Amino acid sequence: MRVFVPCDSSALSVGADEVAEAIAEEARKRGTPVEIVRNGSRGLLWLEPLVEVETAKGRVGYGPVTVADVPELFAAGFLDAADHRLGIGMVESHPYFAGQERLCFARVGLGDPISIEHYQANGGLRGLRNALAMAGADVVKAITDSGLRGRGGAAFPTGIKWNTVLQTAADQKYVVCNADEGDSGTFSDRMIMEGDPHVLIEGMAIAGIATGATKGYIYLRSEYPDAERALNAAILRAEAHGVLGANVLGSGRRFDLEVRRGAGAYICGEETSLLESLEGKRGMVRFKPPVPASSGLFGKPTVLNNVITFASVPIILDRGATFYRDYGMGRSRGTLPIQLTGNIKRGGLVEKAFGITLRELLYDYGGGSASGRPIKAVQVGGPLGAYVPESQFDLPFDYEAFAGVGAMVGHGGIVVFDDTADMAKLARYAMEFCAIESCGKCTPCRIGSTRGVEVIDRIIDGRDRGAQVALLRELCDTMLHGSLCALGGMTPYPVLSALKYFPEDFGLPRETLPAAA
Amino acid sequence: MPDDVNVAVEAAIDRHRSVAGGLLPLLHDIQDRLGYVPQSAIPDIARALNLSRAEVHGVVSFYHHFRQSPPGRHVLQVCRAEACQSMGAESLLNALRTQLGIDLHGTTADGAVTLEPVYCLGNCACAPSVMIDGRVRGRVSANAAAALVSELQGA
Ligand SMILES: Cc1cc2nc3c(=O)[nH]c(=O)nc-3n(C[C@H](O)[C@H](O)[C@H](O)COP(=O)(O)O)c2cc1C
Ligand code: SF4
Ligand code: FES
Repeated sequence: MRVFVPCDSSALSVGADEVAEAIAEEARKRGTPVEIVRNGSRGLLWLEPLVEVETAKGRVGYGPVTVADVPELFAAGFLDAADHRLGIGMVESHPYFAGQERLCFARVGLGDPISIEHYQANGGLRGLRNALAMAGADVVKAITDSGLRGRGGAAFPTGIKWNTVLQTAADQKYVVCNADEGDSGTFSDRMIMEGDPHVLIEGMAIAGIATGATKGYIYLRSEYPDAERALNAAILRAEAHGVLGANVLGSGRRFDLEVRRGAGAYICGEETSLLESLEGKRGMVRFKPPVPASSGLFGKPTVLNNVITFASVPIILDRGATFYRDYGMGRSRGTLPIQLTGNIKRGGLVEKAFGITLRELLYDYGGGSASGRPIKAVQVGGPLGAYVPESQFDLPFDYEAFAGVGAMVGHGGIVVFDDTADMAKLARYAMEFCAIESCGKCTPCRIGSTRGVEVIDRIIDGRDRGAQVALLRELCDTMLHGSLCALGGMTPYPVLSALKYFPEDFGLPRETLPAAA
Repeated sequence: MPDDVNVAVEAAIDRHRSVAGGLLPLLHDIQDRLGYVPQSAIPDIARALNLSRAEVHGVVSFYHHFRQSPPGRHVLQVCRAEACQSMGAESLLNALRTQLGIDLHGTTADGAVTLEPVYCLGNCACAPSVMIDGRVRGRVSANAAAALVSELQGA
């Protein structure tokens, strides 16, 4: 009898280890043989710890399970898929799961994430095998034709980057994975690294094979110790299995991979700052050009992509560019793993083709706010993303549609706020965060953000409000235009959107709202 | 340098001195063992990596993760980022400050607990979140947090 208890760190954060132990203990007491598999999370995170029991018809789920529930579950006969108040039925038929289009997350939650046998048995390594039989230029062409755009935030076409690296002659090239995942409201990178690390390894190996890079680094934020353990364990297996090393799957080609830990600096998610950090320096943003693809790590051509970008590559090489680009809308092709977070009833991971609306996500999937109060605003795309009010919830997930209203899809994180949220405080926080995380290279970002906090404080306190609001707008304008990177350059987005859509939170009447923001 | 500090620093230098871009892994190695990066280690690190002391110090001070003084026996990191804010992180943090009698980056007088801010733990669907000695806890209610802290202060 196989029972699945996730080892994903979100599941662990709400007691999955303790539940797994309690199940083992209760099974021992009852003399019932039970094999406990520690799987990745299915992404139905409000149900974690979600315990699944394997039956002839499929896997039946119970959640959220506490240690105290375990004896009762045994008594009720959960091992025979019996009904129970925590029962959710067949997990894969659950509407939250069944409606998804899981390409990137196809395997996450199925089984032991570290096992390469499990990986292969579920479609893994087919993309890499295909890539090894192709010319590098054809692999790059497949990525270009798939329409895949970077999932880290900037949405730059991945194939164009890879092509630059391929075309640039050098004695050494690198593949670097941006696993800094600093945006609040995001965890899809983490779920891949903990729940299916081999898909990231395979995607990076394909990038190396395609462009002629022989060494890869995963730059992982220090806040993710569980992901670090999972990646290192998976890399060892991949080496033992010949997926990594001097002779990738017997091809005679080399690709080595190493995890490097960041050190709690949001700015190190910016690609050039990340490279500085990988080189052992302060994470100061570099001027561009040159772009990393032509002169990146240690001055060498470097493929630099987000975790989800790399994790989307194997299925493109396995099923073909057309298969992938048939999902999506407009210039946003394929699927996006969207993260529903914050004040939401059913928080979790929803992978869907581009085109799904915010409203469908927030209400059909998310079930509204956790508090049961009206949703006031959502922030999409991390701390530099605009606050989106209810009037825009019919916006489809599409890079251009979001950009059209001054918002950002970014890494696909949605943070939900109910009507108790104070948007002036959130605007203040955006400035404070920028001040804390600024790399210090440009004055508008370094000084402007600190001034921004002071100005918003005065607005909140009602000191000379009209003049201070004008000052805040001016300050935002300076940051927008005078910053080298998006930290200083986009912090105005959450600030100005909060001011535009929720002036009353700043003590301003709605009707005197100036049109421009 | 006291002996244990010396041993940890020399061992870390040996492991990482010839690694490309090895300064961060080296500093992590030291902090993983000692809980902080002692000021006294900087000259040796600088010499081994052929950097100036100012450069090494510049790196240590740039990154929020690196501590320049020893933490308490337990480190409690409270997520301050937006998703956790939407679920009451700010009042959680204020309650913890009051209970511990310290501010952010402070350590209780008995040396039991250091309180630090953190900006997202990737647990945003189970907010609010904290990390205790490297382990994430989610859906942390005010009561649960108070109990956790009492536990840490007792241990
Ligand atoms: C302040 C700042 C923070 C960023 N943080 C991240 C991050 O945590 N992860 C990420 O993949 N990209 C991040 N980016 C975007 C990267 O600079 C870069 O565009 C991306 O890693 C490229 O990979 P992609 O094309 O696959 O998206 C950040 C950018 C900025 C300006
Ligand atoms: S905008 Fe801020 S973070 Fe970006 S380079 Fe300038 S100072 Fe550094
Ligand atoms: S915002 Fe707190 S865990 Fe992400």
